[in-house]
Amino acid sequence: MNYKLHIIIALLLSSIALVGQQVQKSTLGSVVLKNAEIYTITNGVITGDIHIDNNDIKAIGRDLQVQDATEIDCTGKRIYPGFVDSGCKIGLAEISSISLTKDFNEIGTFTPHMRALTAVNPSSVHIPITRVNGVTSALTYPEGSLFAGKAALIHLQGYTPDQMSGGFEAGVLKWPASGRRGRWDRRSDEDIEKDKKKALTKLNGFWKNVKVYSELDGDKGYNPQMEALESVANGDEPLLIEVNKKEDILAALAWVNEEGVKAIFTGVSEGWRVADSLAKYDIPAIVGPILQNPSRASDSYDAPYKNAGLLQQAGVLVAIRTTESENVRNLPFNAGFAANYGMGVEEALKAITINPAKIFGVDDKVGSIEEGKSANLFVCDGDPFEMKTRISHVFINGWNIPIESRQTLLYDEYLNRDPGLELKD
Amino acid sequence: MQQRSRLYLIASIIALTLQVFGQSTGDILIKNGTVITIEDGIKEQTDILIRNGKISQIGEGLSASNITEIDAEGMYVMPGIVDAHSHIGIDAVNEATNPVTAEVWVGDAINPFDVGLYRALAGGVTISHAMHGSANAIGGQCETIKHRWGDLDPENWRMKDAPRTIKFALGENPMRVHGEGKNVAPRTRMGIEQEFRRSFAAAKEYKAKKAKAGTTGQMPEYSLRLETLADILDGKIIIHCHSYRADEILMLMNVLEDYGVDKICFQHVNEGFKVAPELAEFGAYASVFSDWWAYKFEVYYSTAYNATILTRNNVITSINSDSRELIRHLYHEAAKTQRYGDLTDNEALKLITINPAIQLGIDDRVGSIKVGKDGDIVIFKGHPLSIYGTPQYTIVDGVVRFDINEDPDDIRVDVDPTVEIPAFYEQSVYDHEAEGCMQGVSTHSHQH
Repeated sequence: MNYKLHIIIALLLSSIALVGQQVQKSTLGSVVLKNAEIYTITNGVITGDIHIDNNDIKAIGRDLQVQDATEIDCTGKRIYPGFVDSGCKIGLAEISSISLTKDFNEIGTFTPHMRALTAVNPSSVHIPITRVNGVTSALTYPEGSLFAGKAALIHLQGYTPDQMSGGFEAGVLKWPASGRRGRWDRRSDEDIEKDKKKALTKLNGFWKNVKVYSELDGDKGYNPQMEALESVANGDEPLLIEVNKKEDILAALAWVNEEGVKAIFTGVSEGWRVADSLAKYDIPAIVGPILQNPSRASDSYDAPYKNAGLLQQAGVLVAIRTTESENVRNLPFNAGFAANYGMGVEEALKAITINPAKIFGVDDKVGSIEEGKSANLFVCDGDPFEMKTRISHVFINGWNIPIESRQTLLYDEYLNRDPGLELKD
Repeated sequence: MQQRSRLYLIASIIALTLQVFGQSTGDILIKNGTVITIEDGIKEQTDILIRNGKISQIGEGLSASNITEIDAEGMYVMPGIVDAHSHIGIDAVNEATNPVTAEVWVGDAINPFDVGLYRALAGGVTISHAMHGSANAIGGQCETIKHRWGDLDPENWRMKDAPRTIKFALGENPMRVHGEGKNVAPRTRMGIEQEFRRSFAAAKEYKAKKAKAGTTGQMPEYSLRLETLADILDGKIIIHCHSYRADEILMLMNVLEDYGVDKICFQHVNEGFKVAPELAEFGAYASVFSDWWAYKFEVYYSTAYNATILTRNNVITSINSDSRELIRHLYHEAAKTQRYGDLTDNEALKLITINPAIQLGIDDRVGSIKVGKDGDIVIFKGHPLSIYGTPQYTIVDGVVRFDINEDPDDIRVDVDPTVEIPAFYEQSVYDHEAEGCMQGVSTHSHQH
């Protein structure tokens, strides 16, 4: 072998090595997932194939023959629709102790015109870490006092917020709360009551203006706060109302009935105490995290585990959330705890798939595996609530997502560190 | 008024009942369970006899007269879960007034009324390491407690003869509290190294003066801080050090090597995976979160595969809670190592049983099911590493402290007769703010 050939071989080898190190990208195309157990959610469990054509589920059936499609053998595997976290801060917060990396809490009591979608960071390191656990979509929401802004449903794939948008945005109201904010909250009961009343007065004053504004005709000038809530006042758009304590839930319920507001309650940690009232007025509930402490020292240790199931059994449309940013990946385990403590697997699955899709009005696109819906789904080797189960493929809007994140890359690099203990010469 | 006196009466009856129930050891026979021994494989259809709080027999077809029996047919029986990092059951966490406070001891602040202790039992945790916080480079001494819920005497909560432990802390917390907060050193990781060197040098000198007192006739002025530091140098206290970054972990091992100290368990140790070979060579232990990260900059480059990488590099590793929420499902946290890594069932369960017991120096007493060990047992319906695993009974020293069938909603033992309904805590902020390592330090962000 001559000298030149050596160089050529060396160059070839190094270019292969470089290719190997390249960041994997998502791909789009025509893919057939062969021979899987398909947990459709809305149509039982089917054994068969799924044809994904670009963004959508083109066909579901046995022995699908599609020319030029990439085939993925899924024998012995299961397919589920992508899981939806119905309340979290993914993309809006990167490092929680550093306030400049947090974009969910604008200054002001009335900031309904703030839009979470504007501030979603498509490059957040949290996103790949989340989606490899089968969570493909999330309602990411702002937080503050009273009207904090608009939450946005996003899919966890895309280079811009608009590419990620799931087609649903809704205002967030933090209902004036009469609970304590934490163990450090040392306010007297009287002060808590006073603060709550003050907040209620503010809310009602502001809401009166919104209603007047919504009834005005013609050019209303620049009034972004009013404009942001106009459709809520008209009953065209729902309002997400964060409310947890029993008395507060009942007060909020009276308010939405009085004002004719189409409400979705969020948090709802004492929902189990008033489940019948929520069911009676058809208010959907987004509960969670399931893995949280009981709200009162006198409550049973498993009250938070059971809340979602008790609401569902009372007839409430229930979805589950994590409220996390970096650990939205724990959504399936939150649902798993709800399943184990009374809700059952089938209903717990619905609470992170079709139920949020219905609540957000996007069930024509997401939440189940049906022909014509967006291809948001994942392939795994067992029960997705089990920690031991492995996820091998994730598709978001048809994009085949690489099963890697910074955390898996660190694993690959450090499992057998080289050099180990040797020192540099 | 009548209402109030009735409540007083109820409260005192509860207290009385619990006092009786509060006896510290008991006899019990657990029949026909699938016994996960941890150190001796899995034994199907096996009985465990506990006498006077100790495991006296393991085998098939055991019987005993006049004894409480639990039918564990179809259930999993495993050792009580040990949490190597917790702050429940204590009223004070941080003495944040000085970068070195080796003289203080959380054992002075045990609170048997903390309902979090019962909730931990409901998650199968029989022992927790009640730790000082992480405000100081050298914090206070900690206490290993047994969850004897219902026993109202703090003295009975101590695990007698458990080795002494002390909290150290590296990185952002001591830097923020002292450097940023008070403009005194340490403000950097360099400064933190010097806190340890200065303290150990002082302790060495103190020891030398004491040793020479026989000839000089002059004892040094008594200092509990220096006495404690001297005990660390003498290997009488295990260091449990709050740490995150690889560089600071290496720094502390270098300091300890210079002073001949070898008993160290790194806590949190999110970047332990980067220096796993060095940790293994030193013989240091690691006690980690399953998946917490990104709550501050020093944990931004973390991986949930940490426990797996450490285990595969032969570092004795545990999974801890540092949280009154996570402590309720450590079995679930341990199971995450089967998603993030490939630990076997037994390797995953060791992370919450024998390994934390080794780290606390109590592995001769607990952490596995073995004749002669303490009767600390948890019985699960469903496998403990499954999402459908549910603790049914938690037994401490042969006394059933949690029974899912005898589990009243209101379990408090400090019922305040003047309050009919206890305070409601708004969710999601309850746990994350000022609840962990930085309790008692004025900050409202998520700090551990």
